[in-house]
Amino acid sequence: MWDAIRLTLELAALTTAILLLVGTPLAWWLARSDAWWKEAVATVVALPLVLPPTVLGFYLLIALGPDGPGGWLASLAGGRTLAFTFEGLVIGSVIYSMPFVVQPVRNAFEAAGDRPMEVAATLGASPLDAFLSVALPLARPGLLTGAILGFAHTVGEFGVVLMIGGNIPGETRVLSVAVYDFVETLQWREAHLLAGGLLLFSFLVILSMMLVEKRLRRRLAR
Amino acid sequence: MSFSAPSRGITALFGPSGCGKTTLLRCVAGLTRVDDGVFSLDGEVWQDGGAFRPPHRRPIGYVFQEASLFPHLSVRANLLYGRRRADRRSPGDDGVDVDATLDLLGLDRLLDRAPSHLSGGERQRVAIGRALLARPRLLLMDEPLSALDRPAREEILPYLERLHAALSIPVLYVSHDLGEVERLADHLVLMESGRVRAAGPLADLLADPALPLARLPDAVALLEALVESHDDAYGLTTVRLRGGQSLLVAGDLGRPGTLCRLEVPAAGVSLGHHPPVDTSILNALPARVVARRETDRHQVIVFLRLGPAGDGDPLLARISRKSWDDLGLAEGMSVHARVKAVALRDPRPH
Repeated sequence: MWDAIRLTLELAALTTAILLLVGTPLAWWLARSDAWWKEAVATVVALPLVLPPTVLGFYLLIALGPDGPGGWLASLAGGRTLAFTFEGLVIGSVIYSMPFVVQPVRNAFEAAGDRPMEVAATLGASPLDAFLSVALPLARPGLLTGAILGFAHTVGEFGVVLMIGGNIPGETRVLSVAVYDFVETLQWREAHLLAGGLLLFSFLVILSMMLVEKRLRRRLAR
Repeated sequence: MSFSAPSRGITALFGPSGCGKTTLLRCVAGLTRVDDGVFSLDGEVWQDGGAFRPPHRRPIGYVFQEASLFPHLSVRANLLYGRRRADRRSPGDDGVDVDATLDLLGLDRLLDRAPSHLSGGERQRVAIGRALLARPRLLLMDEPLSALDRPAREEILPYLERLHAALSIPVLYVSHDLGEVERLADHLVLMESGRVRAAGPLADLLADPALPLARLPDAVALLEALVESHDDAYGLTTVRLRGGQSLLVAGDLGRPGTLCRLEVPAAGVSLGHHPPVDTSILNALPARVVARRETDRHQVIVFLRLGPAGDGDPLLARISRKSWDDLGLAEGMSVHARVKAVALRDPRPH
């Protein structure tokens, strides 16, 4: 059980870090670009919101398998496949949780508008400088929301994990799968413990997010 | 559309809303790019054909209509945002002194506050200070007072006037408020539906018969004058005009030797053939009628030049058409312009 908890936290933390690194520039581009095809990109990012996890998991399984790009990547590191590995889970989670990070961050960038960036430019800040010193701090509430949602959503994913990760203890057996397992094997006490723990965790995550966000917004008002 | 402005003093871009003033200013800053634009400052080209210098590499200060302070930074950090970057670009350049600027704009007490705890006027002062501290070689101001209510505007105008006296860099000041322009500007660029209608020294344009400015209800002429003496008993100041004439003005305009700018409302000037006798009007200046324009069916605005030869400063008089006819006035005629001492104003308080 502790294995599952540790693994879940590791997966969620790593996924969140990658999501912030990849999702923030993507959200910036979506907020600022006027390319006609950007909404198509936004749609692709949003797909995991509506696709059944099994469908996403199915395609990921193929992509990560020996004949997909995942297999090619694994062969570079001397492996055969990324399916049923922790690394595969991370890749799957990043894609699965992407909309939960990109959307709030994009909204935050859009809410701040062009003006702060223009002011920064007239004060001699290069675009990168202005992004780091103005756009990012102004988007803090959105970044925080994105990070917490991404983390929590990764902790809660089940369908995709089962499709691409299976149920290998210590490698891919995360909490949600463990709960399923305990129920299947009629270990009600353990199932209760994990399920109750996850319920409490989710409640606390969302509550703290709302409180912190409210405070940040008040500080950034005007 | 094109114009050039002197590299010192405040040049006002004046015109109705939507005539392209703000767009013009944004082009100068490089925030908006027009393909065939040309801009140079003191011979240094910022844009010409394919050459385009991005805004962060132009040594400008830009004051937006809304103060647009960074809400995540304190007043101090806002003020130093551009300063730090200017220091990095050209270390060792003293330029604008920080303390003097804070003092000039009255910012010392605000440094540790958050922008959200400032009044509208305070915020705009911080924005002006922030722009100045970045050591600009050109200051661009886009209707910096128009988002403020009247008391805040009155609070900030004296700071702008002090700034005007202290600044050695040129300022482009966008406004649609003629009163503001009269108080602040030295030069005027009159804009109309995306074109420059006229450009030149403010006093000349205000009294140009070819332009609509003199026909506005609160039209004024501007006179530069030197304070000579002050009569405490009557509360009158004697000033000398550029042409040598002296003039009595109500109020205290400062110590002898102060250069002041007098607003002479067209409605406060009357005309006669002879120096006045038996009247409460204290000033009578020989002048020559240059032109006349009708403002409506019953009033005319008379364009005058001071001096018996009509080669002095311009002056405006708004009189009834009946007076014009009764006096038998005509263009080129010598007259005496009578100006009430209490109608004269120095728009800049001391």
